Amino acid sequence: MGETVLAAKYLPILILAILVFAIGLSMVIINQILGLRRPYPEKRVRYECGLPPSGEPRHPFSVKFYAIAILFVVFDVEAVFLYPWAVSFGKLGALAYVEMVVFIVLLLVAYVYAWIRGAFQWE
Amino acid sequence: MEGILKVAMPGLILVVEALVLLLVALLHVAYTTYAERKIIGHMQQRLGPNRVGPRGLLQPIADVLKLLTKEDIVPLGTEKTLFYLAPFISLVAGATSLAVIPVWEKFALANVNVGLLVILALSSLSSYGVILSGWASNSRYAFLGGLRASAQVVSYEVAMALSLVGVMLMAGSMNLAEIVKAQVASPFKVYAIPQIVGFFVFMISAIAETNRVPFDLPEAETELVAGYFVEYSGIRFGLFYLAEYFGMVVMSAVAVTCFLGGWSGPFEIPGVPFFWFLVKLYALLFFYIWVRATLPRYRYDQLMGLGWKLLIPLSLLNILITGLIKLWV
Repeated sequence: MGETVLAAKYLPILILAILVFAIGLSMVIINQILGLRRPYPEKRVRYECGLPPSGEPRHPFSVKFYAIAILFVVFDVEAVFLYPWAVSFGKLGALAYVEMVVFIVLLLVAYVYAWIRGAFQWE
Repeated sequence: MEGILKVAMPGLILVVEALVLLLVALLHVAYTTYAERKIIGHMQQRLGPNRVGPRGLLQPIADVLKLLTKEDIVPLGTEKTLFYLAPFISLVAGATSLAVIPVWEKFALANVNVGLLVILALSSLSSYGVILSGWASNSRYAFLGGLRASAQVVSYEVAMALSLVGVMLMAGSMNLAEIVKAQVASPFKVYAIPQIVGFFVFMISAIAETNRVPFDLPEAETELVAGYFVEYSGIRFGLFYLAEYFGMVVMSAVAVTCFLGGWSGPFEIPGVPFFWFLVKLYALLFFYIWVRATLPRYRYDQLMGLGWKLLIPLSLLNILITGLIKLWV
């Protein structure tokens, strides 16, 4: 019983998501019906300011983006740990505060290291 | 018959409620685009749209009709499935957050305990639409736009997530209605005053998350044409456009709920319980537009530097100080 009540609370989110999807889909379908269709090869070439496209569209990119992605995971996990702590902080008291300070300081060491190694430096 | 009715009725009411909420939100989104063009027009000594209908009021409807009748061009060499899917991911993730926002005391479509978590999760998901469209388009501009957007969105996602921890600390809850109630009971009535740092970080991250000026690098039209949706046309382009404005409305609504006291106001307006919510929402939307008319675009290294070197340490400091004060009081 408890589980169904819980699921029922989240049901409206799903309903809204389905409705949004349905509205988007119906707009695309209307577009298919009403829209013109006169394709020719030049029209379907990818856009590069009117010139014929040159080279591969998906070329190698800077490794910095990977570094940012990894740092994001680290800090997002930190945020995930902070949420339950923040919500129940009122009942936990001073010890929980000290524990969280230790946790944040540990992460700050990694953060400072990343900063010194230039992970946030884009030129 | 009666048995079926008893089961189906609450579900039906829920669907109708969701539909009404969605239509009202769509109307708001449509007229945000109108307001944006009109306000920026006047800020730049122009008139803005004034041809379609009185004072150009029918302009958004004309825009939608135009997009609906445009040719839907799918360029060669695209990853078809992802290309078709991407705008839907952006739109659904952007608009579904509306479900958990308490418009007034007695109405939130889904009054769940982890409201803030749902919003953050969905706003993370919406970046998938950006990344996938950039990848699937098989175009240089789209690829670079998608790449930039993903790095930008994940960076500011962290700052935004951390800026909300202060609010959770003060309210002791992630339920948005509970947060508003806690605010009304607090000495300042709104969290924007004690959580001024959090509010500041949240607003900047919200602008960056929705890829708006001055952080619109993913779609910087002077260098990347339109960024990740350059290859989209017709209503598929419209869906991305819709998703961006939905994002704006949702982020403003979250800011109103978490920092500006939600539906509460200095005095009651009889008959319109959501009056103050809307006033605050419009004020924040105006702020977005005002920022767009005022500020030039950031450079990419400045943007990443601002997120990682200023906003994240600032919000961490905010958390520690808020915790200390809460421990003290």
